[in-house]
Amino acid sequence: MTAERPGSRLEAAFRKGQPALVVYLMAGYPDREASLRALHTVADAGADVIELGVPYGDPLADGPVIAEAARVARSVPGGFGLAETIEMASEFVEARRETGPPLVLMTYLNPLMRLGLSESASRMRGAGVAGVIVPDMPVEAARPWLGEAHGLDTVFLAAPTSTDDRIRAVCEASAGFVYCVSSLGVTGERDRLSDAARALVERVKAQTSLPAAVGFGISSAEQAAEAAAFADGVIVGSAVVRRQQDPDALAALVAELAEAVHGAERSAS
Amino acid sequence: MSGSLLPSAEEAYSSPDAQGFFGPYGGTFVPETVVPALRELADAFDAALADPSFGAELDALLTDYVGRPSPLYRADRLAAAVGLGTVWLKREDLNHTGAHKINNTLGQCLLAKRMGKRRVIAETGAGQHGVATATTAALMGLECAIFMGTEDIRRQALNVYKMRLLGAEVVPVAEGTGTLADAVTAALRHWVERVEDTFYVLGSAVGPHPYPTIVRHFQKVIGEEALEQLKQKGARMPDAVVACVGGGSNAIGIFYPFLRDVPADERPLLIGAEAAGLGLETDKHGAALTKGSPGVLHGFYSYLLQDEAGNPKEAYSISAGLDYPGVGPEHSYLKDAGLVRYEAVTDREALDAFALLARTEGIIPAIESSHALAMLPRLAAELGPEASVLVNVSGRGDKDMDIVREAGLGA
Repeated sequence: MTAERPGSRLEAAFRKGQPALVVYLMAGYPDREASLRALHTVADAGADVIELGVPYGDPLADGPVIAEAARVARSVPGGFGLAETIEMASEFVEARRETGPPLVLMTYLNPLMRLGLSESASRMRGAGVAGVIVPDMPVEAARPWLGEAHGLDTVFLAAPTSTDDRIRAVCEASAGFVYCVSSLGVTGERDRLSDAARALVERVKAQTSLPAAVGFGISSAEQAAEAAAFADGVIVGSAVVRRQQDPDALAALVAELAEAVHGAERSAS
Repeated sequence: MSGSLLPSAEEAYSSPDAQGFFGPYGGTFVPETVVPALRELADAFDAALADPSFGAELDALLTDYVGRPSPLYRADRLAAAVGLGTVWLKREDLNHTGAHKINNTLGQCLLAKRMGKRRVIAETGAGQHGVATATTAALMGLECAIFMGTEDIRRQALNVYKMRLLGAEVVPVAEGTGTLADAVTAALRHWVERVEDTFYVLGSAVGPHPYPTIVRHFQKVIGEEALEQLKQKGARMPDAVVACVGGGSNAIGIFYPFLRDVPADERPLLIGAEAAGLGLETDKHGAALTKGSPGVLHGFYSYLLQDEAGNPKEAYSISAGLDYPGVGPEHSYLKDAGLVRYEAVTDREALDAFALLARTEGIIPAIESSHALAMLPRLAAELGPEASVLVNVSGRGDKDMDIVREAGLGA
């Protein structure tokens, strides 16, 4: 279990007096230079936290847009994976001189195991990465990683299907924030999505003082504002990645999302 | 077995541990969304095992619907041709739908009904598990969707047609190489979205806990029957038992009772035949145990074909059912524990064995099962002309006619 650290940069990004915008980007997509530029673009456009996806060949928890971006990123000679992502993250953090939004790496478990849990954690710390999300590592399976991950916030996922016991375990194991999966993946059904997400955030907040961020299926400023009314943060992935090749469209979308999230009317504390 | 780092066969075989680990292999490495569903499944499975009416209903279906027990046939002309004393064939190819897969789909669909799910999904490679699931869904009045790679749809057009005829929706999966691994991913992904009303009928001894244990439970009837039939025939314990291994469900089905019930000093050599494809020296094979290294894929930790960055590699085999980069976690444990030996068989060897069985015995096996049959000449060389070998003929070869014709057999 990771103790809550005072001064967690990740947690602080949700504590600026307004809901936070978490923007997901795919590392190495469409290529290294463009994705590094995209990191700066979204940082400048108002992202409070950046979730940086590690390209992986079997992205079980991701939809088609992110899966395709991962495929493109990996297709360069020599591939693009966890080691390359950490190295690129390091370059970004250094360029922002720690004033930029904190970076959270989103990686599947097998690349971590392949590089080695200890080696992965060490390189991430060295790169100035703030945290990590491993979508196929449920809390029960996390002990070996948490044993190596000191200095990094490990964010776990809570789902509408999670029992209260599981939500408690997720909240206890998480650091930085808790990732609330806003729906079971039925995108487009906004009313249902919103109801499920709100109920989940309430269940999470009953268990922890950590920020609760909502993600999955949020693609428009309107939806983002709706989620920001009850969550501490809003995570937008596919809609951003779809524009990752076009810096102007990317900047415009993130600015619009940031305005919607930061200015949302809070319906709960 | 004190003093050993590994549990004894008996300890390992009472069950995997509470987290679903066989030694270090197995476990549950899936998105949180699915974890509660897996817990629900594990609880429902335990409850079903404790309920005599569940076993009775399944047994009645296995007898009257599948046609069990499947025969244990002594193939003397094949034995003579390969230079062995005796070859026993466990005829899973004679089951309804033509393979061992239906043993498992009946069990899992009965579970689905107990759990109140009205819809089942499944992945399929060769199409045998898809046909078995579509068949069982039709029998039990369940809605059914089968995820199948586009390359496999091309290779197994007849099974695609059968599934549709049986009322199932066949969902093409174009991602990746359009083969079994991609179909598993697509089915798991879909299950994440529809977990509340949908039961995932997993076809092999793979996947997150409790699937490997569930599949083993429903397939162990193969080995249990074989042991009983050998006894009834007054035959001695074979020197070796052979089965093909893709995910490994027919193999664990025949091996498990030999591991659980036969003392180590009387136990036959247990041999799993993996797909060597175009050769182990190429990158065109499906030999996860022989050439892979441990990693996580599709929710469990096991031997895996993977690259330096931890991405799963493409598997290849002439047989769609063995064309998978991973393998069931229990097989990884059995390999490390030295309880089962795994060897790899090329496309060419499998085709030769296919033709040999057809011509010596008038039995056309699945190209998957032909990988197990291809071990016979090797075993004759190793064990001598008096040896007795039991082979699990996991399925029939009707579905493979186009493939073997393309490969030039029977010309």
